[in-house]
Amino acid sequence: MNNNLYTCTGEITAIIANMVIVKANGPIRQNEICFYSHNDKDIMGEVIRTDGNYAYTQVFESTRGFKVGMKTNFTGNMLEVYLGPGLLTKNFDGLQNDLDKMEGVFLERGARTYPLDVDKKWTFKPVAQPGDQVLAGDWLGEVDELGFPHKIMVPFKLEGTFRVVEIARANDYCINDTIATLSNEAGENIKVTMVQTWPVRVPVKSYLEKLRPSKLFETGIRVIDTQNPILEGGTGFIPGPFGSGKTVLQHALARQAAAEIVIIAACGERANEVVEIFTEFPELDDPRTGKNLMERTCIVANTSNMPVAAREASVYTAMTIAEYYRAMGLRTLLLADSTSRWAQALREMSNRLEELPGPDAYPMDLSAIISNYYSRAGQTVHRNGSKGSVTFIGTVSPAGGNLLEPVTEATKKVARCFFALSQDRADSKRYPAIDPIDSYSKYLEYPEFTEYSKEHIGENWLEDIEFNRDALIQGREVYEQINILGDDGVPVDYHVTFWKSEMIDFVILQQDAYDEIDSNTSIPRQKYMLEKVNDILRTRFVLGDFEEVRNFFKKIIYILKQMNYSEFQSDKFIGFENELQKVINEKVKD
Amino acid sequence: METKSFQKIYYRLSNITKATCSLKAPGVGYEEMAFIQGRAAQVVKIIGDEVTLQVFSGTEGLSTDSEVIFTGESPRMAIGDHLEGRFFNSFGKPIDGYPIIEGTLREVGGPSVNPVRRVQPSQLITTGIAGIDMNNTLVSGQKIPFFADPDQPYNQVLSMIALRAKVDKIILGGMGLTWDDYLFFKNSFEHGYGKSKIIGFINTLEDSPVERLLIPDMALSTAEYFAYEKNEKVLVLLTDMTLYSDALSIVSNRMDQIPSKDSMPGSLYSDLARLYEKAVQFPDGGNITILAVTTLSGGDITHAIPDNTGYITEGQLFLRRATEISKVIVDPFRSLSRLKQLVIGKSTRTDHPQVMNAAIRLYADAANARTKLENGFELTDYDKRVLKFAEDYSGKILAIDVNLEIDQMLDQTWQLFQAHMSKDEVDIKQEFVDIYWKN
Ligand SMILES: Nc1ncnc2c1ncn2[C@@H]1O[C@H](COP(=O)(O)OP(=O)(O)O)[C@@H](O)[C@H]1O
Ligand SMILES: [Mg+2]
Repeated sequence: MNNNLYTCTGEITAIIANMVIVKANGPIRQNEICFYSHNDKDIMGEVIRTDGNYAYTQVFESTRGFKVGMKTNFTGNMLEVYLGPGLLTKNFDGLQNDLDKMEGVFLERGARTYPLDVDKKWTFKPVAQPGDQVLAGDWLGEVDELGFPHKIMVPFKLEGTFRVVEIARANDYCINDTIATLSNEAGENIKVTMVQTWPVRVPVKSYLEKLRPSKLFETGIRVIDTQNPILEGGTGFIPGPFGSGKTVLQHALARQAAAEIVIIAACGERANEVVEIFTEFPELDDPRTGKNLMERTCIVANTSNMPVAAREASVYTAMTIAEYYRAMGLRTLLLADSTSRWAQALREMSNRLEELPGPDAYPMDLSAIISNYYSRAGQTVHRNGSKGSVTFIGTVSPAGGNLLEPVTEATKKVARCFFALSQDRADSKRYPAIDPIDSYSKYLEYPEFTEYSKEHIGENWLEDIEFNRDALIQGREVYEQINILGDDGVPVDYHVTFWKSEMIDFVILQQDAYDEIDSNTSIPRQKYMLEKVNDILRTRFVLGDFEEVRNFFKKIIYILKQMNYSEFQSDKFIGFENELQKVINEKVKD
Repeated sequence: METKSFQKIYYRLSNITKATCSLKAPGVGYEEMAFIQGRAAQVVKIIGDEVTLQVFSGTEGLSTDSEVIFTGESPRMAIGDHLEGRFFNSFGKPIDGYPIIEGTLREVGGPSVNPVRRVQPSQLITTGIAGIDMNNTLVSGQKIPFFADPDQPYNQVLSMIALRAKVDKIILGGMGLTWDDYLFFKNSFEHGYGKSKIIGFINTLEDSPVERLLIPDMALSTAEYFAYEKNEKVLVLLTDMTLYSDALSIVSNRMDQIPSKDSMPGSLYSDLARLYEKAVQFPDGGNITILAVTTLSGGDITHAIPDNTGYITEGQLFLRRATEISKVIVDPFRSLSRLKQLVIGKSTRTDHPQVMNAAIRLYADAANARTKLENGFELTDYDKRVLKFAEDYSGKILAIDVNLEIDQMLDQTWQLFQAHMSKDEVDIKQEFVDIYWKN
């Protein structure tokens, strides 16, 4: 890409916060990038509406000091990201500037840094042969990126069929070295390097087809995997008032989900939360591969104090990087915290453009924008038969914690898993505060998942989950009765039903995100514990009065929790299990 | 501010609203400062050569032929060591009776810290108040507001904390303070600290509400100077951020922006985050901690101002009158310090997290017992004991007039456990019970 060749120029005619109107002297393109010349610096902006010769642009940085008449250069290109080896471990801002390369403690205006390392050598192995017919997204070769076979692909932008004329020998190369020469149908040669660019707002479509999700995407979080499973290539969202645990949950997903690649978009939230990732991830290992967590992670951080327009761009930057790794056949997890901040950025701009407002002053097309974004997730099959996926989980921060608001409602229409965080559960420290009744996973209804679960988890897995859930609901119902009628006003059976549901809550739903063992539960272990708990649910006990019921179940819950805190099937675990059996045996009705 | 030769001067206002005015003035910069008949104003919109200015002290009495002088510069103030011990108004003019200060002008409201240059906060800040130090521990570099009802003594609590906190500088940003509260802060700080530690930027209720918009940037830019250039530990007090937000809505409504929830501007979240995110731990040791006040109306925390604040800050503190002792406490249920995990049990004694949780659990049981009592149900022996525990816990430990070291708070809580409860009921890890449960 040659950004020095500007397609046309213009002059600023109006400035309203970060919205700037430019009169152009040539054709302008919707969503093209422009640069305003301000005090010897080029400040970046994007065309978001055109009206005759006038371009309405959003400025990606502060407009302080901007003047009418300032020169503006249009690039003809949309906002693009650079894709190539070396994205992992990087910390980018919303426009893919490498934050670590920025000088100084403060983010100076107009500072831009190249996202990749141009001097680093990568060990390249060719995959394609001269003479091969290739299309965009086909693999030409691969390099080892921190243990991942990072595929060097035919650039997504190339349209049509190409023939491989020449391919580089196995050797060490920099990203800008030519590794292949392709020729198109007209016989023109095109040189391919290890880096390509792609416009972030356009979905990467180099795959053959998208599949319906069928495989469980393991998160190690019981209330998700067991009760509300998300599948590989699936979508989910986490709405909840502030302080209910959205970020803690997302960080847990980033640490322990069964993904090969994790892209985190810190979108308009606290800077200290990103610092937490910077500080903790390098100290932690991927529980499945034993590799350092940072080595599978790429962070796009546009925190709440960074420019609003770049915040809006950040979710697209992150999605495009995720799609890039998916095209290599990798299982990718994309997390965005919070998608509401993105929607708010859209709202700020829409208001400045004086567009007709929709509900709560959000743009009218908010729902369409959110749907388009979520539909970029999914599991894909590529021409070479490989499969990759982008699983997407976003948080939503509803105003006043009220779920009847535009962002939550629009997201609910597209996301298949709904992990609703409840204020009550958070207040009573029942973490993760995912409400077991309100939340759902539509994937439980997928025949593909039924089949998968029978084969890979257990023949009765889905029935067991349903049985467990019913017991939970019954417990909730009798709890209300007990509250109205008093402890003595209801039969002892009511107390048993209630305490059985408390057992489910404490042992399966609640999970200590800060405990090394409890925080991450494998599927075989989840199955084991679900069956254990279901056995107790089916058992009939002889218990005298409600205090005895409470004491008995408190003891059972205590022991089951100790099991959760112990290494699975360790001596300690088995010890607690035996103790549990003794306690139960004393009260079993034969 | 005196007139310099390059400054542009105009004499024709085309439009005057309550908070803004417009005129034809080519060549001015966005966010540039201007003076209209001596009143400070800032460029908030430019369309062609038509410029809209926000007039901070209000437009009352301005005539269409007022003199408008553009300074050619974005907001600046003289920041330096000479600010120590001084109190200023929203325009940086001294209000303490001492002379005007000259010094190098620095930009106000400058760039953000690169997130990768931040250091994770890790230094404990003690206040002597158990509802904070034990239950919602504060950490340097944190930003946290009090969510308070207007009739609660939040400014007293704020000044008490400031006096006890071991920091190098205290910067007070007062927005819509009563004159009495201003003097209260000034006197209690000068008394408790000697002057050099304190700097105040004060907008009182007598001043125009729009002027308040200047206060946080001045306070925080000053904080940045001391924390970044001088590596000092700076505590910034911002009270009352609700009045600041109200001023934002006044301006945006005058500019015909479409209001979102509760007539607040759609950009409220970004506007507040820009300020609160100035809280930071710098790599060279300096830090900025922000303690703010957000007053609630009718206790409603779903209102746009507290709601957006809660999404930005690292927790929130609630004051509550504990009926069992008729004293003010920091509410153990609704308050939260999100950064406490970084220090409790690490910078403090290892039993701290468990003691904290156990006491709050028992306090919650007491609240349930009280409800039972009110609904006419009979109390069990456990209920009665836990009620006694709660009374002692709030009276002897939580009440904000009690001033203890964290170790004392923990020791005394252990004593209350032993006085009223059994070991099982307290449910703390055996290793701590072995050490602290004295038979
Ligand atoms: N799973 C959890 N285990 C323990 N504490 C939690 C958990 N989730 C949340 N918390 C507590 O709640 C606080 C707020 O969580 P956070 O994820 O930041 O909320 P949100 O992002 O919804 O505002 C945390 O600082 C922590 O104290
Ligand atoms: Mg959060």
